[in-house]
Amino acid sequence: MASWDLKDLQYWDDAIRERVEEFGLDCYPQEFEVCDHGQMLGYMAYHGMPAHYPHWSFGKSYEKTKTMYDHGVTGLPYEMVINSDPCLAYLMQDNSLCLQVLTIAHVYGHNDFFRCNFTFRTGTRADQTLAQFKARADRVRDYVEDPSIGQERVERLIDAAHALSLSCRRHQAIRKLKPQEQRERQIEAAQPAPDPFARLHRRPEYAEPDFRRVPIEPEEDVLLFIRDHNRHLQAWEQDVLTIVHEEAQYFLPQIETKIMNEGWASYWHHKIMNSLDLPQELHLEFLIRHNQVVSPHPGGINPYHLGFRIWHDIERRFDDPTEAELQAYGPPNKSGREKIFEVRETDRDVSFLRRFLTEELMRELDLFEFEPRGDNLVVSKVSDPDDWREVKETLLHTVGMSAQPMIRIHDADYGNNRALYLKHEHDGRDLHIGYAERTLGYLYQLWSHRVLLETLMKGKRTLLSFGEHGFDAKLMR
Amino acid sequence: MAIFRPFSSSEALRSDRSAGDRQRHREKLREAIRDNIADIISEESIIGRDKDRIIKVPIRGIKEYRFVFGDNQGQVGSGKGDTQPGQVVGKAPKSGEGAGRAGDQPGLDFYETDVTLEELIEIMFEDLELPDMERKILRQVMSERIAKRKGYRKAGVRVHLDRRRTAKARIRRKIATGSAPPPAPPAANLSDNGPVARPSDDGEERFPFRREDLTYKRLVEDTREESNAVVICVMDTSGSMDSMKKYLARSFFFLLFQFVGTKYQNVELVFIGHHTQAREVTEEEFFHKGESGGTLISSGYNKALEIIYDRFHPSLWNVYAFHCSDGDNFDSDNAAAIKAAKELCEICNLFGYGEIKPLGSHYYESSMLDLFRRLEADNFQSVLIERKEDIWPSFKAFLSRDRVRTDA
Repeated sequence: MASWDLKDLQYWDDAIRERVEEFGLDCYPQEFEVCDHGQMLGYMAYHGMPAHYPHWSFGKSYEKTKTMYDHGVTGLPYEMVINSDPCLAYLMQDNSLCLQVLTIAHVYGHNDFFRCNFTFRTGTRADQTLAQFKARADRVRDYVEDPSIGQERVERLIDAAHALSLSCRRHQAIRKLKPQEQRERQIEAAQPAPDPFARLHRRPEYAEPDFRRVPIEPEEDVLLFIRDHNRHLQAWEQDVLTIVHEEAQYFLPQIETKIMNEGWASYWHHKIMNSLDLPQELHLEFLIRHNQVVSPHPGGINPYHLGFRIWHDIERRFDDPTEAELQAYGPPNKSGREKIFEVRETDRDVSFLRRFLTEELMRELDLFEFEPRGDNLVVSKVSDPDDWREVKETLLHTVGMSAQPMIRIHDADYGNNRALYLKHEHDGRDLHIGYAERTLGYLYQLWSHRVLLETLMKGKRTLLSFGEHGFDAKLMR
Repeated sequence: MAIFRPFSSSEALRSDRSAGDRQRHREKLREAIRDNIADIISEESIIGRDKDRIIKVPIRGIKEYRFVFGDNQGQVGSGKGDTQPGQVVGKAPKSGEGAGRAGDQPGLDFYETDVTLEELIEIMFEDLELPDMERKILRQVMSERIAKRKGYRKAGVRVHLDRRRTAKARIRRKIATGSAPPPAPPAANLSDNGPVARPSDDGEERFPFRREDLTYKRLVEDTREESNAVVICVMDTSGSMDSMKKYLARSFFFLLFQFVGTKYQNVELVFIGHHTQAREVTEEEFFHKGESGGTLISSGYNKALEIIYDRFHPSLWNVYAFHCSDGDNFDSDNAAAIKAAKELCEICNLFGYGEIKPLGSHYYESSMLDLFRRLEADNFQSVLIERKEDIWPSFKAFLSRDRVRTDA
């Protein structure tokens, strides 16, 4: 059992905070809660939120996490910190003192990232996080307890809403155009391009934009669109859709910056722990733990590892570039430390990797692309001079929201039948048809009329649909 | 200065916030299991499971669906430094489940749930629509052998003391010695609203308990008629058994085994799989090994006879033999099969033949049923099982034929 008490935690926290200030990290006020195994699993199931709406999927998440931990898991054990002001983090009662100190240092790294990275600043309001989650939880509970609604109906609706919660706009920093602005944009687009030879050329046809179309421009926020355009929905149903949408929006920045964020926190826990005057046993344990956290996962990507390495590489390149780098990029215009502080503000994973995952680093990390062949997963490309760019592109497609298929609503009244027509923006990756079938089923449930999804399957234009006769898939001409 | 909130164990005990959602998840899991009970039971070794009754069944969790990419999505991993194209880095997940990727992608939704064997069997009983009474009887077999109540006795341990009877015995003795009149019943005072008068305890002479008053509950060991039985399961393992057939066969054998277990203290199990030859196997192999080739039923029966004479002599053992097949047999073998079956009938308490023909294939595949109908023995029963609803009625038909041996 643990051999530390609260005073020890406070002592080390004070020492860490000194370093945090010295290093220039910019954090929200920090709060820690010590809890036991059961409570910790509970927090993890609900994304760390003290209040959350109920749903069986969180029960499943609990069981899943419990099983994983029962079987031993690598990485930082029981890490839970949330993007809020004040920043809440949880410490496991049974952990050793070293682990507590490590976790505390790691948490401050996350805290700074939540506060400073642009995706969090634009996409979330940290000071309202806890209140908003509580308010949403209360509203859902009210619906569950309302005798005219009841748990079953709420659950069915949330099941469907969860399936579509990530079919939403990804660039929260770009403001969404209002319908009037969309119309104006359409009108502009319909204008013929300026032509210096207009007098010689035949006047181009003016195609008037069709403003009877709903939506005017393809819509990415599926849940919101359904909420606003399905006249069969009751007020409580519209509210639940809003709630699920808002929660997904809250977590979007975390999805988009997983590698950066974990790398940043690992970078700082490493720096801070090394700067503290740790007694020897603590120091030894720290080295072991740290290495566990940032060790590469065979056959996969460990965000802690990748992030940690890239942050260090950026710092090195700006503090101490090699000849080749001086040739390629010119002399650095700021110090390594300045650069990483800048990057942690301005980037998300995709840009982070695109800008700073160099060919050399890829080779050092031995990044490779693999695919299923028969019964096995087989390496198809490695980071050699011929293929490294393709491996990198593949990697970029799997980070952040790029891992989600881009699906847009094109027509809410297809065939004058109030059918919902959507298109999958195919980028070389086919949809998983089994999952698509079930998800379209949920979409049908929410829209109350037939839903159609145009996509490519094995290179051929395919129309998947779900209606009163169930699922159907056919080739389009 | 950061704020630290210390661990409070009372809080931890009081609020298990995830309890409601976990409960709801288990309900859904149970529904899902019920829908898939055929698949799970057909794969699990449930028949000869001895005392080990907690099975952690790897259940595919209730799936949560979204739009995701399929097989051709391309993934990147990191290696030790010397990875080459063509190297194998893992196993591909089964087809139809999507490419394997850590995290929340399809294919990695397996995790353990401790659905106990009892729960699983309970669900199976529900699925087979077993009447409640029968379930109770069969369930008793699964629980510990408890001692049954049978009257009272004058000697025993304090734990078994029946206080009520002891007190009554004392009062009886007191009245018998004539030391105090029996107290008047208070019923007469109910009409008025005043307090009910009670005989006063003060000043009454003590009349202590005596050893002869003490009455203890009597418990006897659950007697089983006779001590030893063996259940011989014979099955045609030629060709493949599909999931449904396995489920039907397994459920049937399981019920029979449980039934025999209710009557006998100690029940042994023997599995014999046969095609053109017979072999004694484990339960795993019994249900999983499929071999191609023809079927000679007589080989199975003869092997059964061999094992019986060798290890379970009828003079010492009560033998129950059951054969499940899908009806195929070489015509030339039929006579030998019948002959062996007759011999089995003579030495067994009960011999049964179950033909498993899922849904209608009865009409166009060959059947042994007609042949067996010619076998007249009052402890032989043959049944046709087409769907799981048939299992219970056929099982009851078997029970009615059990010849209980009065000797040995």
